[in-house]
Formats: sequence, structure tokens, C-alpha cells
Amino acid sequence: MFRNQYDTDVTTWSPAGRLFQVEYAMEAVKQGSAAIGLRSATHIVLATVNKATSELSSHQKKIFKVDDHIGVAIAGLTADGRVLSRYLRNECINHSFVYESPLPISRLVIQLADKAQVCTQRSWKRPYGVGLLVAGLDETGAHLYYNCPSGSYFEFQSIAIGSRSQAAKTYLERRFEGFEKYSREELIKDGLFAIKETLQGEKLTSAICTVAIVGVGEPFHVIDQQTIERVIESLDIGDEDAPPPAVAESAADEPTASQEPGTAPMDI
Amino acid sequence: MALRGDWVYENNGGTCVAIAGSDYCVVAADTRLSVGYSIHTRDYSKICNLCDLLFPADKCVLASSGFQGDMKALQKNLAAKHLVSVHLLHIYQHQHNKQMSCPAMARLLSNTLYYKRFFPYYTFNILGGLDNEGKGCVYTYDAVGSYERVGYSCQGTGGALIMPVLDNQLKSPSPLLLPARDAVTPLSESEAVDLVKDVFASATERDIYTVRFPIFFFFQFLAFCESDIFPTQQHAYSSRVLNDPNEYDPLIGFRLSYRIMHK
Amino acid sequence: MAGSYGSTLRYKNVERIKSIGKHTLLGASGEVSDFQEILRYLDELIIYDDMWDDGNSLGPKEVHNYLTRVMYNRRNKFDPLFNSLVVGGVKNGQKYLGMVGMIGTHYEDNHVATGFGNHLARPLMRAEWHEDMSFEEAVKLLEKCLLVLLYRDRSAINKFQIAKITEVGVTISEPYALKTFWGFLAFQNPTKGAEGSW
Repeated sequence: MFRNQYDTDVTTWSPAGRLFQVEYAMEAVKQGSAAIGLRSATHIVLATVNKATSELSSHQKKIFKVDDHIGVAIAGLTADGRVLSRYLRNECINHSFVYESPLPISRLVIQLADKAQVCTQRSWKRPYGVGLLVAGLDETGAHLYYNCPSGSYFEFQSIAIGSRSQAAKTYLERRFEGFEKYSREELIKDGLFAIKETLQGEKLTSAICTVAIVGVGEPFHVIDQQTIERVIESLDIGDEDAPPPAVAESAADEPTASQEPGTAPMDI
Repeated sequence: MALRGDWVYENNGGTCVAIAGSDYCVVAADTRLSVGYSIHTRDYSKICNLCDLLFPADKCVLASSGFQGDMKALQKNLAAKHLVSVHLLHIYQHQHNKQMSCPAMARLLSNTLYYKRFFPYYTFNILGGLDNEGKGCVYTYDAVGSYERVGYSCQGTGGALIMPVLDNQLKSPSPLLLPARDAVTPLSESEAVDLVKDVFASATERDIYTVRFPIFFFFQFLAFCESDIFPTQQHAYSSRVLNDPNEYDPLIGFRLSYRIMHK
Repeated sequence: MAGSYGSTLRYKNVERIKSIGKHTLLGASGEVSDFQEILRYLDELIIYDDMWDDGNSLGPKEVHNYLTRVMYNRRNKFDPLFNSLVVGGVKNGQKYLGMVGMIGTHYEDNHVATGFGNHLARPLMRAEWHEDMSFEEAVKLLEKCLLVLLYRDRSAINKFQIAKITEVGVTISEPYALKTFWGFLAFQNPTKGAEGSW
């Protein structure tokens, strides 16, 4: 669909100032099942939708622990995500080997972004097809970052990526102002609501999502399924409690930025 | 190799003891760090939890004496290797909180030591913990990696003083008996702990490298039980645990020195 | 502040205390050139750290651990840095004091010393150090130690610097001399009581 003469290799610019291969990689992120993250002053919650490729298979792992204080959730090519999370883990191990202290989140994120950036400037490479939500706690506080295949990275209060993430994003946009003061339970709750938004009417169960948390006094860990089940039951998320579905169901899968066709997207 | 001088190594002294029971393991080490007739510090932990980088609890701990620089290098090496293996092997997945078993770690330690066979880590190690059946296990090493599973062991500058006492007191079945018996001691956990306190008190009398002043006599040990992912002493001796094993500091990680003060 | 060539006092104005970044002080004894090499390593480390410009910075613990690795790795190459280093500092309300030796031996303690200080100063500090010492008390204790070292270590000269580090910042004093008294009876006839031994 995008085929044109400027997209056969990553290092070729289009006359409009775009790198199509890089943009295609960004599309891969939108194909993957959704991942969301939200942050309070002290905690960060990551949540993903588990999508099995077949009735006969289990779902792929989408949340990885990087270190006690850092974890990632991915959307896009899981294989690329796995390789990158191994890179992140190695960076953390190396840092604690030399300094015996945890690696600051912002530095890890920049290293990751630089690694992704290299792939956008080498003819023999391909960009990573995965978006990573990097959540962590360091001495400057709780952080949530989104790293994308282009090598860009952004810090967020709250973000959703992956397929049908627009609905979750709309939900989070309506509520993010309160997040800073949220307790961990409230974060988990809103995380689940946001996940539900991406399911488009499908029932939210603990089997269909993975939720992880990191925060003050709590190392990064995936919250076990029974706990999530209990939260879902207590919230009665299935039905009326859920806030009205957001405007954007029709707009899902579409970039929101009001973009002129053919111009360089400066927000990637 | 002929170029290697004496200066590359230093003996910082210290004594480690470990005793395995049927469902527990006690690992103890004194906390003095010396060189020659000087004492560097009286508060240096020789016991290392190999997983404190990523995990709240482990199935084994390493107690080492010898050259402190090598001790630390060895500990860091093992901890990093352990983490890599945890990441690579799917059986050790994070959310299941599974860690390398004590026998697996024992082999890893042996290989790590042997890797430096011709420029050895000048360390004398004991690995203590629980095996896959939850039985106490103790592995004892030399500096270049030969190792053996035993029921109890001691290493370090006080080792020669303590070993015969352990042989005499632990009432373990002889390793010469056929068919082979379990090497673990029939002593109860508290009896074993008391014995460890006694052997340290005695070694102190004759070994200048083992702690001398009672007020600085910090005694460290770990004990595990089958059902718990945390060491038994968390409940068995909770009143004497100075650092809560659950205490987590995001900047420091888990503090896993279960330090027992013993006057 | 002396740097000797064997028993010749070759350099008489060597600064052996340096601040490393915002939170750390480093003191050294041993080879002066090796110490300057270490300072070059640390300069690079701190500049690289500052270049991130992200509000994170290396504290005394990180610097100490880094130096530990540097010293140990050099001994592994059979090319050691001939120094003993003490590292101290305050960051986020946490005090830190540690030491690294030539071959990578390292530890933390409430008081540390290098060289002769291990034999002469630390016993004094063990006796007199206490947790809630004031700055003035600490300086007094250090000067007492330095004086003993000056009396007994012939490669020491009466020219010292004392440095202070707090949450607020670092101050390294100008060189100054201690008041000495050489009239002790024991100094007057050193062979007294050892007659016949040589």
C-alpha cells in the first residue's frame, strides 16, 4: 500500500523528508497487541493484552523484567523486543558490576534509543519493529518512557501503544491529571480499565492481560493472575462501572495527529 | 607465570563454617578483614547472596575467605553469570521466582574457579544451602575449583582449628561407611547454631585473623527450610535479625545480610 | 603534602586530596604519578557523567566501586597502580567512607587510613571515634593522628591539608602546619633503654 520509489532501503530520503522504512517499522508497533503504562509519583504500572496466535498456542510474553528497578512492556515484533530487553538487562548488569548501584532510567532509555537510531542510518540494517514502554524507579523518581523504532523516546505520565491503543489513550487522557497522586491499587485499576478499552467489547479477564508494577519499596514484578482476577471482580469491570467507551473507537488504528499527507512526521 | 610476584595476592584472613542438617543449613563467617598484623575493618561480611541483584531470596549463599579482592571479584562474577543464566534459560523465568539450585550453583562456582586455574582466585569457599529435595547441603572448595559435597565444612585461617572439633561433635555418619549414608548431621538446628558459636569462640582464642573482641563479634548465618522461600531464621530467630530480609530499597536493592549479633 | 624519592623529600607541595564530582573526596598515598593517572581516569568518568545532564550523578559509593574495579583490573594485568586510596562523601543524606588498596582490597568503615596511618592513626581513631562527632572534634582527632605520623614517619613533612565534604559541598583547606613539640624525653636520647643492642 505504501509502495513507492523511496522505501526500498532505510537510508533513502523521500523528497518530503521522510524515511519510509522507519515509518513502516513504526507501523509494526501498531500491529502488535496493546501495551499500556501509567505512572504515579511512586509507582509505575505496565499492562499488556495477551493475544494468542492460535487457539492451540499460548500467548507470547510481552512484559520483561530488566532489573529490580526496571521493567519493559513491548508491542510489535516480540522477537525484536526480546533481543532489546536482553540488551537492557546486560546494560544493567554491567552498570551494577562497576558501580554497585542501579542504572538511572533516563540513561538506559537513551542507550536504547541510540541503539535503535543506528538501525535507521545503516543500509545493511533494519529498524527494530518494536515499541517499548520502559518503566522504572531511580533516585530522580518514577519514570515511564516510550521508545520507538525511529530512535525517538518520550517520557509519559501515561501511554498506550499497539493495536487499538487509541481507545486506551483516550481513556488515559481523560484521567491522567489525577495519576500523580494515585495509590498503586488505583493505578492497577485504571490500568485494567485502559486495557479493557482496547478489547473492543471482549470481556476483560485475568487470562487476557498481564499486569506488572514497580515502585517505592517494590521491585519490578508481574502481578499474579489470581490477584488480577480479584481486582477485576471487585471492579465489576465487565459492565456498568466501566466509563463510557471513548469517542475514538472508529479512529482506532489511525494516527491522530492532523498530518498533511506527504510531510515529515516530526513527532515520531 | 614465573614473572608473578608475591604482591599479587594478600591473605585477608577470616573463617567460614557451614553445617547441613536434614532440613536446614547453617552458614557462618566472621567479619574481620586483616592483613598481616593489621586489621582493616571488623565489619566486613564474607557471606554473599549471589542473587541480591535481582532476587529477594536465594537457595544458597557463598562464604569465602582469602584475598578480599578476589573474593569480591568472584562474587560479582557469579552474580552476573547467574543473572545471565536466569535471563537466558526459560526454566528460570522471572515471574516464577525460580533461581539456580544449590547443586547447579556449586558446579558453576567450580567452573568459575577452574577457569582461572593458572591465575587462581586466592579464595577458599563454602557454598551452603538446600538441594532440590530441600535437604541441607554444603559444598567445599579449594582455590582452583575442586569441590565435594559434604555434610559440614570449614575454611579459612581458623579452619584447621575448627575442623577436628566439627568432626568430633557433629555425630555425622562416617563417609567411609558402605553403603554411603547421608552426610548431614543429626543435630537440631539450634544445636548446630550453638556449636557454630562455640567453634568460633574457640578459634578466636588461637587465630588472630578470626574476630577477637566480643563487642565486635558479629556472627552471620543463614538457614533455610523447605517450605519457605525466605530463610527459616526469619521466623526462627526473627528477634535477632537486624536487617529485615523483606526490606527493599530501590536504590540499594535487597539487603540480605541476616546479621545475628552475638556477645 | 610530601612526595619522596626514596628518602629524599623530592616534592613538597603535592596535593593528595582531590574532589571528584559534587559528592566525593579522594585522598591518596603512594606513587604520585599513578595517582595523577587515576585523577585522569576520574576526570573522564565525571565529565562523561555530567554530559548526560539528566540530574543523575555519581556518588561516593559509585566512585569507590569504580576505583575498586580500576585497581583490581590493573593488578590482574600485573601492572598495578601503586596507591592506597580513601574515598569519602555525602550524597542524599548518606555518608560514605571507604578505602581501596593497590591490588584491589577494599572496605568501608567509620574511619580509614593508608600506609603508616593503618598502624599509627587507626588505633587512635578506634579509641576516640564516635558516631555523633562534631566537625571540630573530627579535625582535632585527625590533627592528633597527623602529629603522631609526623613524629614517627620520616617521609612526612609538616604541611597538611584537611578537607571537608557535606551535603552542601566540598572545601579543601589551604596547606598549613601543625604546632610541634620535639622536647619529649623519649626523643632526647633515643637509645636509652636499648643500651647494648648496637
